[in-house]
Amino acid sequence: MLRVEKLSTFYGNIQALRDITIRARRGSITTIIGANGAGKSTLLRTIAGLNKARHGLVIYDDHDITNLKPNKIVRDGISLVPQGRQVFSDMTVMENLQLGAYVRRFSDRGDNAQELEMVYEMFPVLSERKKQTAGTLSGGEQQMLAVGRALMSRPRLLLLDEPSMGLAPKVIQSIFKTLNALHEQGLTILLVEQDAKIALETADYGYVMKTGKVALEGQAGELLENDEVKRIYLG
Amino acid sequence: MRMGDRNQVRLLWGAAALVAVVVVFTLIYKGSTGLQWILSGLTVGSIYALVAMGFSVIYSSTRVINFAQGEFTMLGGMMMFTLCTRGGLPLWLGFLLTVGIVTLLGAGFERAAIHPLKDQSVITVIIVTIGLAIFIRALAKWIWGTDPVKVASFTGDKPLRFFGASIVPQSLWVFGLTLIAVVLVFAFFNRTLLGKGMRAAADNPDAASLVGVSASTSSLVAWSIAAAVGAAAGAVIAPINFAAYDAGAMLGLKGFSAAVLGGLGSAPGAVVGGLMLGVLEMITAGFAPSGYKDAVAFLILILVLLIRPQGLLGKPADVKV
Ligand SMILES: Nc1ncnc2c1ncn2[C@@H]1O[C@H](COP(=O)(O)OP(=O)(O)OP(=O)(O)O)[C@@H](O)[C@H]1O
Ligand SMILES: [Mg+2]
Repeated sequence: MLRVEKLSTFYGNIQALRDITIRARRGSITTIIGANGAGKSTLLRTIAGLNKARHGLVIYDDHDITNLKPNKIVRDGISLVPQGRQVFSDMTVMENLQLGAYVRRFSDRGDNAQELEMVYEMFPVLSERKKQTAGTLSGGEQQMLAVGRALMSRPRLLLLDEPSMGLAPKVIQSIFKTLNALHEQGLTILLVEQDAKIALETADYGYVMKTGKVALEGQAGELLENDEVKRIYLG
Repeated sequence: MRMGDRNQVRLLWGAAALVAVVVVFTLIYKGSTGLQWILSGLTVGSIYALVAMGFSVIYSSTRVINFAQGEFTMLGGMMMFTLCTRGGLPLWLGFLLTVGIVTLLGAGFERAAIHPLKDQSVITVIIVTIGLAIFIRALAKWIWGTDPVKVASFTGDKPLRFFGASIVPQSLWVFGLTLIAVVLVFAFFNRTLLGKGMRAAADNPDAASLVGVSASTSSLVAWSIAAAVGAAAGAVIAPINFAAYDAGAMLGLKGFSAAVLGGLGSAPGAVVGGLMLGVLEMITAGFAPSGYKDAVAFLILILVLLIRPQGLLGKPADVKV
């Protein structure tokens, strides 16, 4: 479904991605783990069009989407839940979700009741707080809102950047339960995580990134047993 | 389109308190003459408010200060002259056409001069708006000449009495139109998905582009709104102040001061800032030789710079390039 071929991204003269090649198969959960500064976010941001690739290709459903604008890419069915949630803090939960459906404003006459209901069912707490401004939500609730907002565009590929960041174990469990449920409904997921354990337990396939390169890849189960992964990332 | 950060709100409240003191003092000291000044101040202040709103809409959507904003207002007045005084169209039709034509011009400028610079720095774009202002002014001079032009009042010139002061009916049109413009702009940014998307982009550009908000569309819409609001202001004030090809620069400066006073990027702030500037100007003109009134806007700019050393553009984190 998604192929990234020899992707290189720079910040000025600093190279953050070096010839990254990865794949996310249709219907799978693929994870990318790695230490701080490895380039995980840069990779997701380049796929989503927020950063420009200097070399390499991003192929989605056999179409070249390299360096398209983010608003084109989300229309094609790829939605990114960015690192640090990035909810619209001055707006209500409901408005955040409606904006999630922004690209669909001309289809179905802008009716997004069905998607809203789906998100509220998935995260009942968002339904209870729909009139509350997003900035007043707890970290976990904001993460749920960020995921819900990304789902409002009806993506076929969901990119997630460290959804567990700064959250209590119980909240992390509930968010990953939701990801599993979405996976069962057929959504393809590309998950970036620092929490290697929960990521590899959830995913089918995994990549380990180190200083802008793919250092290791394999079935998630195998990576969990890998000595180097155990030593460095599972501590 | 929010109220700006807390310091900005405090500054605005401080300024409002100061203006309130001046107003009360003027009323006590000068009675109905003072009231007369204040009414004139509110009229011209409404126009500053609309110009300031144009600055705010473009600034909050694109971080660009549009130094051609005053030219839209000048064009509004000149178009009214061509369509109604010369062309003999009914005033209401001339007004609607004026706003429509200038809005299209604003959109056209954005596509022709601003959109191609989308990968350039904000400063570059700001400099281009200065060039645009000079270009529009030269064009207006060529079309309309240098003489100020006259436009008829919408509903006659018979002054109405108001607590010993008098007010021309056109002033009421100015107040009414300002109110309508403010309500429409507010509704656009708070009730429509397109407007909410633009607010989202002002708050968090990356997250907004991830949900599909296009920076290019936002810029086009912002310029169109700013042109429409500016033209409406110029069209409705033309019967009170003569319209002239070179009116844009001063209007732009005053609108900018009002916007800065209200916290650039905040629509309610722009309105309050504009009204306060207008009232202060007219009271100054009453007490001092009338040439001094134009200094008020400069004084406000300097004071805001002194009080907010981080500059006019709000907190540094606000200025995303
Ligand atoms: N805006 C930027 N400007 C310059 N350098 C940047 C920028 N963003 C990231 N970098 C650099 O690029 C490299 C990769 O950063 P990136 O954010 O992709 O890492 P990450 O793997 O997501 O890290 P983390 O786990 O901390 O989120 C780092 O060395 C970082 O310092
Ligand atoms: Mg990261």
